[in-house]
Amino acid sequence: MEKRVTFRGWLLPLALIAPQVIISAVFFFYPAGQAVWQSLFIPDPFGLSSQFVGLGNFEFLLSDKYYRASFVTTAVFSTLVTLCSMIPALFLAVIADRLIKGSGVYRTLLIWPYAVAPAVAGVLWLFMFNTRVGVVSWYLSQLGYDWNHVLNDTEAMGLVVVASAWGRISYNFLFFFAALQSVPRSVIEAAAIDGAHFWRRFFTIVLPLLSPTAFFLLVVNVVYAFFETFGVIHTITGGGPQQATTILVYKVFSDGFVGQDLGSSSAQSVILLIVVGLLTVIQFKYVEKRVHY
Amino acid sequence: MKKNFLGALAVTTALSPVAAMAQTEVQFWHAFTGRLGELVKAQVEEFNASQDEFVVVESHKGNYSETLNAGIAAFRAGEQPHVLMVFEVGTATMMSAEGAIRPVYEVMAESGASFDPDAYIGSVKGYYTTTDGDMLSLPFNSSTPVLWVNRNAFEAAGVDPDTDLSTWEKVGDVLEQLKAGGEDCPLVTAWQSWIHLENMSAYHDVPFASQDNGFAGLDTELMLNGPAQVAHLTAMGDWAKDGKFIYTGRRNEGGANFRSGECALFTESSAGYAGIKAEAEFDFDVRPLPYWEAVTSEPQNTIIGGASLWVMEGHDPEEYKGVGEFLSFLSSSDVQANWHQNTGYLPITAEAGEVTRAAGFYDENPGTDIAVIQMTAKEPTANSKGLRLGSFDQIRGIIDEELEAVWSGEKTAQEAMDSAKERGDALLRRFESANQ
Repeated sequence: MEKRVTFRGWLLPLALIAPQVIISAVFFFYPAGQAVWQSLFIPDPFGLSSQFVGLGNFEFLLSDKYYRASFVTTAVFSTLVTLCSMIPALFLAVIADRLIKGSGVYRTLLIWPYAVAPAVAGVLWLFMFNTRVGVVSWYLSQLGYDWNHVLNDTEAMGLVVVASAWGRISYNFLFFFAALQSVPRSVIEAAAIDGAHFWRRFFTIVLPLLSPTAFFLLVVNVVYAFFETFGVIHTITGGGPQQATTILVYKVFSDGFVGQDLGSSSAQSVILLIVVGLLTVIQFKYVEKRVHY
Repeated sequence: MKKNFLGALAVTTALSPVAAMAQTEVQFWHAFTGRLGELVKAQVEEFNASQDEFVVVESHKGNYSETLNAGIAAFRAGEQPHVLMVFEVGTATMMSAEGAIRPVYEVMAESGASFDPDAYIGSVKGYYTTTDGDMLSLPFNSSTPVLWVNRNAFEAAGVDPDTDLSTWEKVGDVLEQLKAGGEDCPLVTAWQSWIHLENMSAYHDVPFASQDNGFAGLDTELMLNGPAQVAHLTAMGDWAKDGKFIYTGRRNEGGANFRSGECALFTESSAGYAGIKAEAEFDFDVRPLPYWEAVTSEPQNTIIGGASLWVMEGHDPEEYKGVGEFLSFLSSSDVQANWHQNTGYLPITAEAGEVTRAAGFYDENPGTDIAVIQMTAKEPTANSKGLRLGSFDQIRGIIDEELEAVWSGEKTAQEAMDSAKERGDALLRRFESANQ
């Protein structure tokens, strides 16, 4: 039986949802509406005049092969960031969960990187991998490997992925760890008595029970990779070399705020909105079916 | 103690509005930090102390791009400063913004401050002047690329540091010798597009873009894929492949490598002087930017980089009077001569150059006048007056990307420049339609 709360009259329910509605309207619907409206114009930077071009901005964007390529870049980047932040986090959580002594210390240490802002994390990694003075690149050169993410696009992509995923591991760790704690011990003990070894128990019992958490983290991490990694990319590669690390949201920024092309920038944010909307629908429609609550 | 503090607080809050009301405030937004920021601050303080009618308030708004954006955003919100520093790349954007800017020649005429546009060096002024000869913004900091030499590195590699480096052909041979002598970083550069394409084109008197590099109209197209540019980039690409040219990044990252003594040759703005002089623990030398003997027997002039000061619309007449006074103060020859000697930026008036020479500065600091000579030795042509292209900041980004493809050997110079032209032209067309 589903429990329903019923209100008498409509004033109280309205008052209760009002804050949420107002916040969404002011911080989401209004700016999103503005973006849709502006995407139909080519304005001059100072807002003195603007020219209606209909879908011209979209046409311009989609005929640009670098823009189309940035969809692929974004897909590769977000897949890698999601995988690189979730798998190690899960592994660390499982290990930390098995600890009997000192797990508090490990937990605290593992959560620390989350406190580092993305732009700061970007600068940290950049220092370590700086092609001339970086510590890591110096060791690599001792081993005979010439690290140069300024020119090599695979290395550049690798570096921004690692820098973006690094702080995120902590966040994911926290959720996985909490979820692991809630897996009933009795089920695991029963399986152990039946002779299932650790990894077998993990894959057949623990992992399915973790699936709601994993699904939640998947959605959240994809959104993170799409939008919040901006600071890391800005500080490490600036989208280069040759747009190898220019993800969609970075291009919105660089066209809008470096190039002052607000029409194209608005059109890009509209496209981005649609892409993320579709992704979330797909995730809920297909991936969620395999989740057991 | 606490009582004193509160008392002091009350006094300052009570006094400060009075002080501000008596003087007209002029907001000045700029992009300088570090040593340059201190020098700007000193200029402003000197101006404020020199009279009591106006007070200039300077604020730092980030790097060049960020400062321009701050100005644009402020204008849209009706909070624009009086004076905004805009780098040379933003010139076309500002020029097209009729209604947002007030041309400097108008401000000066209205304010009655002393102002003689002919006092400015032609190749500096030309960048910021309409084809009718009206000065739209005041040149502030202008520099031009030169070749910096680490003499110790030459000696360590067994190459004579006084060897002739006037042409790229000769530089090519020297790079070979440096490499053979065990130098790991024979050549490094800053601002690759500005030095190795924009200046390279002007210096060899070949067009960078049609319509007189954009001066004659918005319907301009890039011409940076010409044979002279492609030949230069091909040579640079070969040097990169052989480890004779080390690529460090799109801005002036290479400066750190040169100043630390790691690199032998460095193509960088003359304004690199302040930093190199302060940090270099080796003997250094300034040479004119090399040219290709195969392209020209005698180089044209190089063009400037740097920023100019734009006056924004929408303030009171009294305030514009203050702006006029301030700009007039900034271009006085003493202020300019000081600026030139401290920073390595060009003296923007001929008189400031003469004051510097008369003071014996060039004799004490050999090479500091090379940039001036390089800029002024020849009357600028349509190809060497400067560049006026819309969306140029983004176009530079495209050029940077394509150059990176050349350095990494992914594309030939011709392929890269053809692609840069195609992509850049698309942006120029957009700029044209936004500013019709």
